[in-house]
Amino acid sequence: MILSLLGEALAAMAANRLRTFLTALGILIGVAAVVLMVAIGQGTQKQVGDSIASMGSNLLIVRSGAPNKGGVHGGSGNMPTLTVMDAQAIGQLARAALVAPTVMGSVQLVYGPNNWNTTATGTSADYLNIRSWQLAAGRGFTESEAMSGVRVALIGQEVANQLFGDDNPLGKSIRVQRTPFTVIGLLDAKGQSMGGQNQDDMIIVPLATAQRQLFGSQFQGTVSMVMIQARSPEDMSPLEKSIRELLRQRHHLGVRADDDFRITNMTEVSETASQVTGMLSILLGAIASISLFVGGIGIMNIMMVSVTERTREIGIRMAIGASRRDILLQFLLESVIITMAGGIAGIAVGIGLALGVTRVFDVWTAVTAMPVLLAFGVSVAVGIFFGLYPARKASLMRPIDALRYQG
Amino acid sequence: MSELLALHDLGKDYDTDAGPVSVLKHLTLGINEGEFVAIMGPSGSGKSTLMNILGCLDVPTSGSYVLDGRDVGVLGDVDLARVRSEVIGFVFQGFNLLPRATLVANVALPLVYQRIGRGIRNARAATMLERVGLKDWLNSLPPRISGGQQQRVAIARALVTEPRLILADEPTGNLDTRTGREIMQLFQRINHDSGMTMVVVTHDHNVASFASRLVYLLDGRIHYDGPVDDFREEGLA
Repeated sequence: MILSLLGEALAAMAANRLRTFLTALGILIGVAAVVLMVAIGQGTQKQVGDSIASMGSNLLIVRSGAPNKGGVHGGSGNMPTLTVMDAQAIGQLARAALVAPTVMGSVQLVYGPNNWNTTATGTSADYLNIRSWQLAAGRGFTESEAMSGVRVALIGQEVANQLFGDDNPLGKSIRVQRTPFTVIGLLDAKGQSMGGQNQDDMIIVPLATAQRQLFGSQFQGTVSMVMIQARSPEDMSPLEKSIRELLRQRHHLGVRADDDFRITNMTEVSETASQVTGMLSILLGAIASISLFVGGIGIMNIMMVSVTERTREIGIRMAIGASRRDILLQFLLESVIITMAGGIAGIAVGIGLALGVTRVFDVWTAVTAMPVLLAFGVSVAVGIFFGLYPARKASLMRPIDALRYQG
Repeated sequence: MSELLALHDLGKDYDTDAGPVSVLKHLTLGINEGEFVAIMGPSGSGKSTLMNILGCLDVPTSGSYVLDGRDVGVLGDVDLARVRSEVIGFVFQGFNLLPRATLVANVALPLVYQRIGRGIRNARAATMLERVGLKDWLNSLPPRISGGQQQRVAIARALVTEPRLILADEPTGNLDTRTGREIMQLFQRINHDSGMTMVVVTHDHNVASFASRLVYLLDGRIHYDGPVDDFREEGLA
């Protein structure tokens, strides 16, 4: 029975192709906007999650300097209070798996006629393990090399491109701040960090070498940062607590004194970030839903006009045997078909736009089944919701009045 | 011959701004199967209201209307729609075809509401169009054919459900005299050939003369009910 009414609904829509198309367009734009916006939101969520994960898992970072409480403080590492000895003491803690004391600074690289300014990280052998960073070629340095001050370097992909082009950098000698270093390894590409820096634009050198030969600090043996990997996710909080106690003790801080270091729990950062980006997804989806709603009102508007315009037709149909239910169903089917068609096309357009946005603007997008199905379901619901009132209005007409209506 | 419809002491009131108005008063009328009846009367005599009640588009205020054994006055919307679908075929003054549907689709439309499949619908519609002399126009649109042809399509649409009763409201009102005569001849032929009951509302004596029985309404009451020829001799018009 629905089938024969479906035929009538389709025939009526085909008779008004332009109007049908324009009505569906409203829904199409709404659904496409929802799909695109949610894709951007989820893409951002994934991007932030990935870049936090790329820092390493079960990661705690200890930096020099007091936590920001009231007043203005210097940036991280301005007053170096952490030492290699601190890092070694942390390494003795039962819940700590790997420890990498780190110093960083800007350096000038020279290879033949090529110049390049980049960041040098001086660290221990465990650094690559903590960050689960693989080598594309060559080897890393050993713990004894890290502490002995040999002049070897691991270089990032960007640095390799800038200095060596297509040449093999392994075994070559480059000058770092005029000191010759031998390139022993090429790092895998890692992409952008959470802060937006290109992680491939850096070199890694042994900690002792960096301290003595590159950054020649006035505070001997200090490091700007210590990265620690806990043995398991459950160890994160207890380890953070033990590190705080240990460092306060080692730095001879009284009960009232503030910490002179900051500990960042990357798991907490990651949770906060995913909450924020989750909110972003919802916000974008909500904004896009408004256009879907407007599209629904468009449907209602068109169907109201259509009911008035087709009053006589409704009268004819009733006179030759259509019941109120038949009329109601026909008009409802029309609006549901229009929104469904608009919904399907909108999903296709939305996915297409998401792919285009990724390609053109370098914005991450992620299209998942849930929002797509939701958008489709909502578009059908919109059709029923906004189609019901006009359809009811049509079905409640008195056949004699409808027949007498002069359009 | 058995009685197809019977009105008994039927009344119809309308609420107007000037208070209730009785349009039909104590009407009692029976029509047998196979009869060809013309209903006449001046404007405001109630013939349109009577037509709407006979066609189950409206219900009486008082009295009873029994159609094909069913008391129509007590039926709800759904049942009224079913009676219109199964028992009655309408022909209107303004043809009332769907302008954007082909002739076949127009004629097949009543079958849609009888839940008949598309194939059978179209076959029966084509047969019916052939019977009214339009077999070369099956897929044309109504605005592309003449008024007389459009009225033939409307007649085919009324006949396609094989109803018990054809109701025609001023079927020649929009046609010239010659075409009108052809349409009335078609009604006559259908009545004669298949014994289908016809009720035609008109204000035109020449149109009424195609019927065998005349009901003349005056001020909501039956003023005359008898053979068409006798009425003209009385000279009441």
